[in-house]
Amino acid sequence: MGKHFGPVWVLAELNDCRLEAVSLQLVGKARELADELDVACEVVFLGHGIEGAVPDLIASGADHVYIGDCAALELYQPFPYRDIICSLAREHAPEIILIGSTFMGRELAPLIAARLETGLAAHCTGLRHDDDKNLELQIPAYGGLMSIICPVRRPQMATVARGVFKTPAPDTARKGEVVRIPVPEATDMPARTLEIVRKPAAGIRLEDARVVVSGGAGACNPEGWEKIRELAQALDAGLGCTRPVVDEGWAPLHTMIGQSGKMVSPLAYIAIGLSGEQQHMVGISGAQLLVAVNNDPKSPVFGQVDLGVVEDCREFLPVLIAKIRAYREARPGCRE
Amino acid sequence: MNIIVCVKAVPDPGEICRLKIDPVTKTLLRCEVPLVINPLDKHALEAALELKESSGARVSVISMGPPPAEAIIRECMALGADRGILLCDRAFGGADAFATAFTLARGIERAGPFDLVVCGMASSDGATEWVGPQVASFLGIPAVTMVQEFESRGSDIWRVRAEWQEGYRRVEVRLPALLTVTRELNQPRALSFSGILKARKKTVESWDLGTLGVPAECLGSRGSPTIVSRMETIEVRRNAELLQGTMEEKAEQLVSRLAAIGII
Repeated sequence: MGKHFGPVWVLAELNDCRLEAVSLQLVGKARELADELDVACEVVFLGHGIEGAVPDLIASGADHVYIGDCAALELYQPFPYRDIICSLAREHAPEIILIGSTFMGRELAPLIAARLETGLAAHCTGLRHDDDKNLELQIPAYGGLMSIICPVRRPQMATVARGVFKTPAPDTARKGEVVRIPVPEATDMPARTLEIVRKPAAGIRLEDARVVVSGGAGACNPEGWEKIRELAQALDAGLGCTRPVVDEGWAPLHTMIGQSGKMVSPLAYIAIGLSGEQQHMVGISGAQLLVAVNNDPKSPVFGQVDLGVVEDCREFLPVLIAKIRAYREARPGCRE
Repeated sequence: MNIIVCVKAVPDPGEICRLKIDPVTKTLLRCEVPLVINPLDKHALEAALELKESSGARVSVISMGPPPAEAIIRECMALGADRGILLCDRAFGGADAFATAFTLARGIERAGPFDLVVCGMASSDGATEWVGPQVASFLGIPAVTMVQEFESRGSDIWRVRAEWQEGYRRVEVRLPALLTVTRELNQPRALSFSGILKARKKTVESWDLGTLGVPAECLGSRGSPTIVSRMETIEVRRNAELLQGTMEEKAEQLVSRLAAIGII
């Protein structure tokens, strides 16, 4: 007896007039999951003036793109966004809803899951069907990989950070259908987004950096953290950190690397004074050369990198920074 | 003004590496590690206490957890909370974020009228951020997540600033509402000796399944849409080549290795 499955959904999102990279990555993953269930891959896309982005969604694997396009939806508005998505979900009964771990996704996903009375896994690093065609929502936890399933209720929901899945190669020959969905007249909005203000951070974006320097609690204090920042500058590297550093207030939340932060794939990743906790290390699994500096030779981080330096970072970094600068000065033509 | 602060007793993040998953029940074995207030919840409590001091408010702290979580609520009372409620029953155990939020929402309703619910934006152990917004859903009130600043506070319309990728979002919200807060919002106060003494005289109310009057199948593991189905260990992929020599020599080797792949 064949089981009947609903479509696989992705909520797409624009960031400053461009599709969020994670939206395309999720469409690519949803396409795979939909093929395994022999169902459609569908995208729900709300905003204003968003049609230009639809061909990319279809080229990445969407069969249907539901579009809610009006001025009132230009900014993320929790109430109409939730209501539109939930009523559409009640109509089409999706099997799965994938949502990017963006700031919108992180607020909207739990509101949708509560309204649909279903389960939601946070910041998954893997998604696959088990033998019963339940979606295993994989999350790193306590030194292992934890699989969460939502065995009874539907849809199965998950948020996923940018960079967990690869951006699919676009197939411009793919055909898909655009379905315009009715957008309700101005609804009562107990919470209303007035504006979204963008202040692009100075320096190199972590996601684009060829080299990432990442610091942990081993920096010990703000002065120690300053040395790590200096190293990043000397290498023209992006500067990331672990959760304890955010907790200490040395670096802002948006520079945190890992499961609930950013995923990076630089040519080289240099870990300073961090222990290699898994929630952090999943964020750098795309890096090519991994280097760690830690004063504890027994630190678990040394089991997860290619090159290790056993030194106290507060003493070692000034020496390393001086050597890097000397090297660059000796070969100025090589600097990009 | 009545303010509810949701707090969670979490295993001390400093000793998190001692945590283990029970191989049979696949839930966290919490008992081996001391419980502390979830660090972000301290910022939620601080926000409530500052509102109490500036505009007058009654601050109630509510938590769902095992009996030892009472100490965490007592600590909140020592910091200045007026009332403490612990939702504690075996039937609440094994709850995922959905069932936890449902239980907390029923507790908050039972605690009486409120204007504001404040939560930390995430917990340090479970690592979901869902409980706050889902509590708001079950209470039928608006939620604003990751609030980092209160811009203006009218009698029932507030304007807040919330974290957003590469910037911030300004939101107008009508009370009663739930806000989850980030650590940028404030600097939590430290415990005072007089506060500890005063809190000794206060009682923490403990509410069980009967007090909440909710069917047991809506709570705990039975009310949870998600379950942990499997734990796998992750194999370590790499074994570091440790650079040898003096500190100077190690730095030189590292520079040449980085130069070899063209990044210096």
